[in-house]
Amino acid sequence: MKPVLTILKTILGIFLAFFRLFYQSIYLALGQIWVNKTRSVLTTLGIVIGVASVTAVIAALTGLKAKILTQVETLGTNTIFISPRVPDRGRLQHAGWWQMRFRPEQMDGLLDHCPSVEALSRMGGVGWRTVKYGEQSVDRVEVQGIEPDFHKIEHRPVVLGRVFSPIDDMQVRQVCLIDPKLRDKLRLDRDCIGETVRIGYHAFRIAGVIESRPQMNFGESSQERYELFVPFKTLEKLGEPFMWAMATGKSAETLEEAQAEIKFFLRRTRTIRPGEPDTFRVESLQSALETFNKIAVIVTMVAGGIVGISLLVGGVGIMNIMLVSVSERTREIGLRKAVGAKRSAILTQFMIESVTLCFVGGLVGVGFGQLLTMAIANIPQVKLDLAHIPLWAIGLSFSFAGIVGIVFGMVPAIKAARLDPIEALRHE
Amino acid sequence: MRVYKVGVERIHALDGVSLELRENEYVAIMGPSGSGKSTLMNVLGCLDRVTGGCYELDGQNTTGMSDAALARVRNERIGFVFQSFELLSRSNALRNVEMPLIYSRDGWWSRRKRATEMLQRVGLGDRIKHRPNQLSGGEKQRVAIARAMICNPSILLADEPTGNLDSKTSEDILALFDQLYAEGQTIILVTHEESVARHARRIIRMKDGRIFTDLTAEEDQARRLDLTAVLGKVTK
Repeated sequence: MKPVLTILKTILGIFLAFFRLFYQSIYLALGQIWVNKTRSVLTTLGIVIGVASVTAVIAALTGLKAKILTQVETLGTNTIFISPRVPDRGRLQHAGWWQMRFRPEQMDGLLDHCPSVEALSRMGGVGWRTVKYGEQSVDRVEVQGIEPDFHKIEHRPVVLGRVFSPIDDMQVRQVCLIDPKLRDKLRLDRDCIGETVRIGYHAFRIAGVIESRPQMNFGESSQERYELFVPFKTLEKLGEPFMWAMATGKSAETLEEAQAEIKFFLRRTRTIRPGEPDTFRVESLQSALETFNKIAVIVTMVAGGIVGISLLVGGVGIMNIMLVSVSERTREIGLRKAVGAKRSAILTQFMIESVTLCFVGGLVGVGFGQLLTMAIANIPQVKLDLAHIPLWAIGLSFSFAGIVGIVFGMVPAIKAARLDPIEALRHE
Repeated sequence: MRVYKVGVERIHALDGVSLELRENEYVAIMGPSGSGKSTLMNVLGCLDRVTGGCYELDGQNTTGMSDAALARVRNERIGFVFQSFELLSRSNALRNVEMPLIYSRDGWWSRRKRATEMLQRVGLGDRIKHRPNQLSGGEKQRVAIARAMICNPSILLADEPTGNLDSKTSEDILALFDQLYAEGQTIILVTHEESVARHARRIIRMKDGRIFTDLTAEEDQARRLDLTAVLGKVTK
C-alpha cells in the first residue's frame, strides 16, 4: 500500500509542478503581451492576414461546392448527358456543328438495347422565343422540347396541373409546361391551367407549372431565366430543333456501363466506323462532379501554399520580434533567474508568449475571415450565398498558427533560457 | 576556488577562500576591484559554482546541484539587492516585489498579500501602485529590498546597495539594513565604502582572490587606526 501511495504522490507532484509552470508562464506571457500592445498587434499582423485569407478561400470554395451540390441534387447524380460533338481528329474534324447534330431516329430503341439505362428523354431546343398571353409578352423564353421520361430524370416536380404523358407526344399536342416566374411575368392567374399562350403563330395550352431550376449560372448574366417546355414532337412545329438527350442509369454503380452502352448504341446508329472518334459526348454528372472536386482540391492546395508562405513570413516576423524582445530584456531575464526562475520557467514563458501571439493572431484572423466570407456571400453577382467557414478550417488555421508559434518561438525561447544570469545582469 | 578560463590563461578569481558565516550575522565584504569580491558574492548567491572546493548553505552542499536545484535555492534561501536596483520598469512596486513568489513553490496564491505586507515593512505602504520611474532612488532600493526579503531568505546579499544613492538616502537604506539585522536577518554586504562597511558587525577584506583580513568591526576599526597611525608616522 505504501509504495503505491508514494508513487501516486510523486505523480501528483510532477503534475502539480507542470501545472504551476504553466500558470506562472501564462501569467507572465500575457502580462508581457499586454505591456507591449502595439508591438504585439503589429507582430501578429502576418498571422492575421494568413489565417484570414485561408479561411476566406476555404469558405468561398465550400460555398461553391454547396451550390453545385444543390444543382446536382435536382438533376440527380446518375444523370447522363448526351450531346453531339465535333471530333478533334479524323474525317469529320472540320465539320460544322449543324452537320453533327442528332436526328431523333438515332435514339429510337435505345432503351431496348441498353439494359443499364433506366430512362431516356430526347431534348430539343429552339433557342429563345417570345411568349405572349393576351397583351403581355415576354422575350427570351427558353423553349425546350421534352419527352415524358424527362420527369423521371430531372427532379423538378410539377407543382400544379399534370406532367406530359406519352399521348401528348404521340398526338403532337400543343400543350406546354411553364415555370412560375414566366407565369407571374405573363400576369397569369396562379391557377393558370387551361389558359393559352402564343409563340409566334402557334397557340399552346398550359398543362402544368413546373418548379424553377435553382439559380446558379456562374458567369451567365444575372438576368431572369424563363422556361417553357413542350412535347418533343410538338417542338418541330417551331422550327428544326437542336437536339440532345438526358438519361439515367439504373443505379450509381452501373453508371459507367450505362454510358458505355449508350456510346456503343449511338456509334451504330450514327454509323461511325471502327477506329473513328465519337461524334458525340456522353457525360455523367458524377464525372463532372469528380472534375470539380479535383479542381477544388488544386485550388485549395494552391491557396494553402500561398497562405502557408504568408504564415511563414508571419512566423519569421514573430521570431524576429521575440529575438529583439529577448535581447532587450536580457537584464530582466538575468534578474528573474537570480530570484529563482528555472530555465524551464523562462523557456515556457517565451514559448507561451509566441504561441499566444500566434493564437490571438489566428483568432483575429478567423474573425476577419468570417467578415470576408460574409462580404463574399453578400455580393449578388458572385452568387456564393452559401459560403461559410467549415469547422475543420477553423481547427486547421488554429493548429497551423500554433505550430508556427511553437516553431518560431523555439529559437528565441532557447536563447533566453540559456542566458547566464551573471552575464545577463551585467548586460547593458 | 573559482577559476575562469580566458583564452588559454587561467584566472584564479577566488583562491583558497575559506569562510564560515553564522545565522544572523552582518558581514561586509570589502576590497578593491578585481579582488574577487563579486565572484565570492556570486558563489554565495548560488549564481556561480566553484571549480574546486565546496560551498555549503544551511548544511546543504550546493556544489553538485543541478541548475534547477540551484534556482530553487536562490528562490527560497537568497535575496539579492543590486547596485542599480534592477526593477522591472513597466511594472508597479507591488508586481516587482511579488515577482520571486511567482517562481516559488507555494507563494503564488498569497503573493499579493505578502508583497503588500513586505512593502509596508520597508515603509512604502503608500507607494504600492507606483512604477519605478515614479519613485526616488531610495524608494527604488527599498522596493528592491522588499523583493529580496519576500521569500524569507537565509541570506540577504547586497552588492553595493548604496552605490547609486546620495549619502542621505544611503543612511536611510543602511538604517533599514540595521533594522532587518536586528530582526534576525543574515546580511552580506559588498562595498568599497568604509562608511557603509562600518554598519556591519564583521568585515572581510579581500585582495587578489584571497581573504586578507577577517575581523569584527571593532577589531577592524582598531587595525585601521593603527595603520593610519603608522602611515602618519611615515608621512611625517
